[in-house]
Amino acid sequence: MSMKLDRTGVRARLMLGAAAVALAFAGAANAETLRWARVADALTLDPHSQNEGPTHTLNHHIYETLVGRAVDGSLTPRLATEWGISEEDDTVWVFKIREGVTFHDGSAMTAEDVVFSLDRARTPPSGMAALHAAVEEVTAVDDTTVHVRLSGPAPLYVQNLTNTFIMSKAWAEENGVETAPNFAAGEEAFSVRNTNGTGPYVMVERDPEVRTVLQVFDGHWADAPAVTEIIYTPISEAATRVAALLSGEVDVVQDVPVQDIARLEQTDGIKVVRGPENRNIFFSYDMTSDRLASSDAEDNPFAKPEVREAMALSLDRNAIRQVVMRGESQPSAAPLPPFVNGWTEELDAFGEPDYARAAELVAEAGYPNGFSVDLNCPNDRYLNDEAICQALVGMLARANIRVNLVSQTRSLHFPLIENWETDFYLLGWGVPTFDSQYVFDFLVHTREGSYGSFNGTRYSNPDLDAKIESLATMTDLDARDAVIAEIWEEVMEERIFLNVHNQMLAYAMRDGISLDVHPENQPRMTTVTFD
Amino acid sequence: MLAFILRRVLQSVIVMLTVALVAFALFRFVGDPIASMVGQEATLAERMELREALGLNDPFIVQFFTFLSRAVVGDFGISYRLQQPVMELILSRLPATLELALVSGIAAFVFGVGFGVYTALRRGGWASSSIMTVSLIGVSLPTFLIGVLLIWVFAVELQWLPSFGRGDVVDLGGWWRTGFLTESGRMSMILPAITLGLYQMTLIMRLVRAEMLEVLRADYIKFARARGLSNRAVNFGHALKNTLVPVITITGLQLGSIIAFSIITETVFQWPGVGALFINSVRFVDVPVMAAYLMLIALVFVVINLIVDLLYYLVDPRLRLDRSAAGH
Repeated sequence: MSMKLDRTGVRARLMLGAAAVALAFAGAANAETLRWARVADALTLDPHSQNEGPTHTLNHHIYETLVGRAVDGSLTPRLATEWGISEEDDTVWVFKIREGVTFHDGSAMTAEDVVFSLDRARTPPSGMAALHAAVEEVTAVDDTTVHVRLSGPAPLYVQNLTNTFIMSKAWAEENGVETAPNFAAGEEAFSVRNTNGTGPYVMVERDPEVRTVLQVFDGHWADAPAVTEIIYTPISEAATRVAALLSGEVDVVQDVPVQDIARLEQTDGIKVVRGPENRNIFFSYDMTSDRLASSDAEDNPFAKPEVREAMALSLDRNAIRQVVMRGESQPSAAPLPPFVNGWTEELDAFGEPDYARAAELVAEAGYPNGFSVDLNCPNDRYLNDEAICQALVGMLARANIRVNLVSQTRSLHFPLIENWETDFYLLGWGVPTFDSQYVFDFLVHTREGSYGSFNGTRYSNPDLDAKIESLATMTDLDARDAVIAEIWEEVMEERIFLNVHNQMLAYAMRDGISLDVHPENQPRMTTVTFD
Repeated sequence: MLAFILRRVLQSVIVMLTVALVAFALFRFVGDPIASMVGQEATLAERMELREALGLNDPFIVQFFTFLSRAVVGDFGISYRLQQPVMELILSRLPATLELALVSGIAAFVFGVGFGVYTALRRGGWASSSIMTVSLIGVSLPTFLIGVLLIWVFAVELQWLPSFGRGDVVDLGGWWRTGFLTESGRMSMILPAITLGLYQMTLIMRLVRAEMLEVLRADYIKFARARGLSNRAVNFGHALKNTLVPVITITGLQLGSIIAFSIITETVFQWPGVGALFINSVRFVDVPVMAAYLMLIALVFVVINLIVDLLYYLVDPRLRLDRSAAGH
């Protein structure tokens, strides 16, 4: 604290004699620096290049989206003040663009910039393109109205916009970054380390993976935030990250290791806030092939409903919560977080484990001596992922299922699911659109085209596929919710997923700072308040 | 002399090629970079397309020769992870690693020799015994643990030194950023330098002590004492001087290891050097950065070895005599 005051003091002295003296002192009166650490840095500052959590989190401070996501998961106005489906044509979304918004370089933001940004975001090699695949045309009707025409009715399209940033068309053209950077081109794009957004902070220093400094943007349209300067430092080592908070070198730590939460809570001057993350952790299995490559069974045990029921009966979610997660998880039966559309309490309910019955079911399914299978597990992707898998191995052993655990790094694990080379695997899934359709599209629908890319179960049900596809264009939201409920019923009935829990997030900070947990793990430093 | 250098340079090139080949063979087992490069919404077709564009589907030999043909002109491509040119990325991180290696190398040498001489001369004293005991910790504790312990004591409990990072740096001519010129930069260097240099210091200390004990028993030391020379002249003028030849060799070779194995120290202290860059690249399967880093480390070792060989040639007259004798 004293250091900060000193620095502002020096700055103020330097300005002495200048016309800005009065202003400088007015600014210094409530200048607050926030030093923020998390595990990894943003990969790039280009607004559309990467669809990745830490990248979006930092960019949300420099750039802005049309609509924002509040901590309760609801949509809030940002650069769009109003939005809705056109009354004349249900394939068109209409956005009213906020007036009086300026970019950091001083130029005014117009509907043209919005059109340019949405076009840039939906054109490969942009990482955001998949979210805008249904967009056919974006047009500026007048200075403050933008129309987005889609290939069909898309009642939830606006949900895809919460991480699509708006950039300046003139700036992009001036610097040759009209499209998102191309990995294969082999050249660094200007927009990777330079920014010009409309966001509440201006990037003043960027040393990738070392330090990024943001200063409050005086010309921002909203009320000035309490934090006037952000110093963002990635610290990859968990012990060092916690030590930096304890020694007072950082104010907020975003990725708190599960094992340190309890200790930090008991430390004077430190507090921990927690909340549910938008990510479920579950097991899934090949329930379609004739044989399993890694099993000693003659056929595919996972194809039999008895075996899938036995596995559900063997999973002791509360034990995993207490022992593996140290209480930091929300055990549930369905792979969707509680704030996602389509979630119900019944979906999440699960019974007590019953190993005797599970072993019986396995025997009844035709495996009196049980069977063996490999379980593929990542060991560096989710919270305690490998330990969760180890716990399951012990539990399934009691049902006479001999699991051989193969745990490896994420870059080796995920291609197994992509290439259908695993019989039984762990996967985590977040729902950025906050709607069940996202789960169905990628995990349940038959693998074809843009559907089913993470469907490692090989599950294919034409009736269900038709229902899933119909969700995309249903504008009657009540009827749509009814279809979602039907699909969930079938998915749960079939036991496509053996869900473990919803992950919890924890942020640690020094006393005197208030910051809520954001469900997408994208905290906004504009929401920080000081006591 | 020229033939000797040429032969060594040729050998070095072969070593570099071998390292590149082995590294490339290993990358096939690190995993698939595509998953980390595209969002989870990307279709399988898009993933295949990117893989094709990056040449990841090409046969191993084709990939290797594409890499080599670009590498010889200094083009290591662009980082998959940070989207910056690899060469620029490594050069911007190298000063941090070299400064840390230099400080810990010098500290290890100075303290290693000092403690080595002291424990050799004062055998059995309580100070010597405790130095010897503490040095055992230096060789037996893993670097990671030493780093975390130091952070805990000096950053969290005592709050004397920073726990992470490099502090403020000063840009020298746009291509070298130094931490030596600022207070916070110098303070930041202390803990990582101790962590990195502790093992080397212990090694040098034990080497010096053993050599000293050996030399102190030699006849010429006895004669020196008999001539009535002062203890100081005997111990430092004669004994220490004769122990330093192997010590300098070892220190030189260890300098390569300090640069190459700073990975753990850099990770623990979030030190923005090439070691931390490498670890982050491995996690992301950032093949261009991994390849360039391994080539760089190979180059460091090759160059140091070359210099050491040349020094032998210059320092040890017998090497030269033998050769000229053979010529007659």
